[in-house]
Amino acid sequence: MVNAIQELGAKTTRFIEELGRIAVFTWLIVRAVFRPPPRIRPFIDEVFKVGVMSLVIICVSGVAVGAVLGLQGYNTLVRFGATESLGAAVGLVLFRELGPVLTALLFIGRAGSSTTAEIGTMVATEQLDGLRMMAVDPIHYVITPKALAMLFVMPLLSSLFILFGLGGGYLVGAQLMGVDPGSYISSLQNAIVFKDDILSSLIKALTFGCMVGVISTFEGYSSAPTSSGVSRATTASVVVGSVSVLIVDYLLTALMGV
Amino acid sequence: MGECDHIRLEDVSMAFGRREVFTGLNSCFPRGQISVILGGSGSGKSTVLKIIGGLVRPHSGQVWVDEENITQLKERQLYQVRRRIGMMFQGGALLDSLTVFENLAFPVREHTKLGEDEIASRVRRCLEAVGLNDVEDLLPGQLSGGMTKRVALGRALMMEPVILLCDEPFSGLDPISIRRIEQLLMRINEEFSITIVVVSHHIPSTLRMAEQVLLMLPGATVAGSPKELLAHDDDRVRGFLHEDFGGDPDLQVESIEGSHGEKNWSRSW
Repeated sequence: MVNAIQELGAKTTRFIEELGRIAVFTWLIVRAVFRPPPRIRPFIDEVFKVGVMSLVIICVSGVAVGAVLGLQGYNTLVRFGATESLGAAVGLVLFRELGPVLTALLFIGRAGSSTTAEIGTMVATEQLDGLRMMAVDPIHYVITPKALAMLFVMPLLSSLFILFGLGGGYLVGAQLMGVDPGSYISSLQNAIVFKDDILSSLIKALTFGCMVGVISTFEGYSSAPTSSGVSRATTASVVVGSVSVLIVDYLLTALMGV
Repeated sequence: MGECDHIRLEDVSMAFGRREVFTGLNSCFPRGQISVILGGSGSGKSTVLKIIGGLVRPHSGQVWVDEENITQLKERQLYQVRRRIGMMFQGGALLDSLTVFENLAFPVREHTKLGEDEIASRVRRCLEAVGLNDVEDLLPGQLSGGMTKRVALGRALMMEPVILLCDEPFSGLDPISIRRIEQLLMRINEEFSITIVVVSHHIPSTLRMAEQVLLMLPGATVAGSPKELLAHDDDRVRGFLHEDFGGDPDLQVESIEGSHGEKNWSRSW
């Protein structure tokens, strides 16, 4: 019993220490953003790597999720004779929850893991120490452009996911199941409110982008300089990132009251 | 700090977690000379190099580099000291997303306002100095082990450092590449009077090029010229240096004498 309590205490202490390290790391990134010279080229390279290279997976997943929502929504609404509200149902679910959350989860798997692995490999091959020896801060040159790029592309990818999801729902609902296309579009237009739906969706996407950026770079930066260390860091990045996104999603939903 | 000491370690102790690497290390590396740190695996040779570069902070003691106590400095102040230091890492530590040219140009672009033409000519000079041609557009992943080490050496020289730190420059190389890098280091030392500190396991190279050797043994460190160490009272010291020559001290003396002739030759080269 005493051992179990000791272990719980030790784990709690380690968890709090980890949170503290993440907070300090985030502060270093924020400080680096405002320190010259601006790292524009690395930032653009990262936007391409984490943003443009994620387009296919985001668009295809968006259509697939929208199609499933269209089908499930139709099968449910048809029982109540309310199939003309299919557009509203698909739109509200996508804007409020699935758009930002699923995009974040896909983004963690596609871009977060590769970012962690890349930074971890740089640690293992002493590239970050090499930068320090050339009097260049690795947080400024490597970490900040990657974290900023993630923050920048997440709202864009989430918006694309929602757009393709709406298209997928339309294809299944209106083209396959016979829902009136006009009803689909008009119910969607009437249901979506800028502040409650679009703005909250963007806030969620920005928050998740910030979290994925910090977690994936932190895990890589603090990884052990071995191949197993990189592997552990990549796994931790995906697990910690995904669980954090789901927990924070609940908190944000509760806070924004929508 | 003595006038001739470019780098001095005073009572330096280091541990990783509970594992003590070394305690009370005192050593100095003379200005403008080649010093080699020898020792068994895990004796803390590379750690000493990282402490000199400020990458690792010792648990206690003082480290003087170019007349500054770097243990007192903050990270930002350390960057000023590091601008005078070039470091060649064991694996090269080249940025793998940049070409060889971009890797060499990187520190100059970061810290100077030189134009691209001047940067390009400096890159070519450094590549020529390390004996490389036609590799500017290659990525680090396309280079052989020996080429990677030479590019890393070239990059370390780009900012015209006063101190050059080399971590295991001979590891994993064939005898010809070892001789080539050894001659390069000796030539750089003679031409530019750079203080060079090399961490190595390679006894023959050490005996040929070192003016001072720091031998890190369990519980003790011994410093001196190669000749002094070869004639040392401690069996462990002699044993360490004799290992590569099958215990024949005459061969080692020949090797050291041979290296002086080679040094003269390499200067003209």
